[in-house]
Amino acid sequence: MSDIEFRHAVRDALDEELARDESVIFFGEDIAAAGGVFAVTTGLYEKHGPDRVFDTAISELAISGAAFGSAVAGLRPVVEVMFGDFLLLALDSLINQSAKYWYLSNEQASVPLVLRSAVGGGGRFGAIHSQMPITWLLGVPGIKIVCPSTPGDAKALLKAAIRDDNPVVFLEHKRLYSIKGPVTEEVAEIGKASVVREGSDVTIVSAMKGVHDCLAAAEILAAQGVQAEVIDLRTLRPLDTDTVLTSTKKTNRILVVEEGPETGGWAGEILACVVDQALEHLDDAWRLATPDRPVPYSPPLEDAFYPDAQKIADSVLGRMTQGEPLIAGAAR
Amino acid sequence: MTSKAAVKESESTAPDRELSLDLYRQMRVIRSFEETVQALFLRGQVHGTTHLYTGQEAGAVGVCGVLREGDWVAGTYRGHGHSLAKGVTAQRLMDEMLGRSTGVCGGRGGSMNVIDVERGLIGCFGIIGGSIAAATGVAVAAKQQGRQAVAVAFFGEGTSNQAYFHECLNFAQVLKLPVVFVCENNLYMEFTPIEDVTAGEIIARPQAMGIRSEQVDGNDVWAVRAAAEDAVAHARSGQGPVFIESLTYRFVGHSRSDPARYRKEGELDRWRERDPLLVARARLSEEFGVPAESLDALDAEVEAELELVAERAMAAPYPDPATEMASEFKA
Repeated sequence: MSDIEFRHAVRDALDEELARDESVIFFGEDIAAAGGVFAVTTGLYEKHGPDRVFDTAISELAISGAAFGSAVAGLRPVVEVMFGDFLLLALDSLINQSAKYWYLSNEQASVPLVLRSAVGGGGRFGAIHSQMPITWLLGVPGIKIVCPSTPGDAKALLKAAIRDDNPVVFLEHKRLYSIKGPVTEEVAEIGKASVVREGSDVTIVSAMKGVHDCLAAAEILAAQGVQAEVIDLRTLRPLDTDTVLTSTKKTNRILVVEEGPETGGWAGEILACVVDQALEHLDDAWRLATPDRPVPYSPPLEDAFYPDAQKIADSVLGRMTQGEPLIAGAAR
Repeated sequence: MTSKAAVKESESTAPDRELSLDLYRQMRVIRSFEETVQALFLRGQVHGTTHLYTGQEAGAVGVCGVLREGDWVAGTYRGHGHSLAKGVTAQRLMDEMLGRSTGVCGGRGGSMNVIDVERGLIGCFGIIGGSIAAATGVAVAAKQQGRQAVAVAFFGEGTSNQAYFHECLNFAQVLKLPVVFVCENNLYMEFTPIEDVTAGEIIARPQAMGIRSEQVDGNDVWAVRAAAEDAVAHARSGQGPVFIESLTYRFVGHSRSDPARYRKEGELDRWRERDPLLVARARLSEEFGVPAESLDALDAEVEAELELVAERAMAAPYPDPATEMASEFKA
């Protein structure tokens, strides 16, 4: 099996689900004739036709609203909100209609929609095209938040999202679109994290691009004699706390690496969970997130803004040598 | 109160006696329902807040009566009339008002969040433009599924200044969706006269998008019904959305805490002369010779029905937090 780009994995999942189920439709800004501003959705319009794949106006609220109504009435709409930053314009329908419908209706009907969006920084897009919208959504019951890190997961999780009977926000990190990896015909299970590297000394938890940074950090740490276990969350709501707790009980240390503002994020949520449920196993628990400031534009400022592999490794080494000098000569 | 009128779309629009009586009765049920809700509110049985449809009954009854099985309606937080006219039973709706487990949403929704999927009521929405989005989305599905179903969105004139209105009307017109937008203009955006906060005429807005648009006397159920019949036929035939501005007036405050001191001198009295129930009674009397005593008897019968509904609602069980099996997601 040949490796394919993340963007093509997303496209293939859409293509296969459109072909498999005629209730699937796909709409958004520039996604049809133009093929998407990140060249993710090329060819879908030509293959599946203008009734099922269509362009909309720059009307994020109408997009999310039309997704809601059509989902209740029997379709499985997939919609694209071009940048995660634009989600704010779509949130009323998503939060006040789609997320609440299953409960408020006394479970008369659910809302099987998928809202895809390109998120994250590192691309010099500036403060309003680089944000992580997750903190805005994390506290909303009734929405699933899926955040793949590899082409294989992008395809398998998007297929699962489209087949899910609930509203799913599917986030694609812009810096991952060009990475390559294997894909399968599998349909993944939403809500399951995966241990992507095994280790015994510290658990490092992340999602999306952060997983790649953590894996690179684990290499740096291994060279220093520290074996890091790396967990890819894959879904942020519902959180797979079992996988996180099992690993943490083994390593007794947990670092959560979140691209997103430190205050109110999922890193804090995971730390709360391990404190609540595994306190007696903890030697240390902390997080690395981005500062509580807008994402800067200037390259040196933006580069300094994110927790990269070296910072992650340094943080682990620094924390681990504070109380018990495991690693001779490691910088504090 | 499933409408006898609902099956008559293909027939002549000329008023007949039986249909006219049915429309009157439906409006009377809504009026009595709202009066009952108000009374129960004052007794502490209906909680939070309520927004009554009193005075606007001809809108929901006139429109919903021309819909078919399979058509959808999206209503507002002032949605008791929309719900009843679309076929939600008064009992299940009253039980919901009282937060009972036998309510149409099991008591989870309340006055502003009524949903009855089986009856084609996608919902009544607490955010004013939510109904517009819901109906637009339903129309996307209707078009896709080729079922020739039509979606109706009810909303107030205040919604014409919200993003939902502009985005979804454009969306629906570009895609030629089978949706009828019914703007119930009762002159006041909550406590503020609409003209104080609105530039230009509301109807000019859909017209600027090329949407077929019409103003109608919202207190004359037959006028509303005739406009709705045309609009629904247009939408169903694939020619795209239609906008109806239904000119009406609410006889009560915006919500239960609003004494409506903002009304202009004599305005309420003038509108009360155009009470949709009085307009309908006059027509029943003039065109069909229905004596006032018969209508009084019908009124008494409806009121007695609503008294029973209230009694049963009061006796219905509350949901039990200990046994409520709510799940965040559908499995």
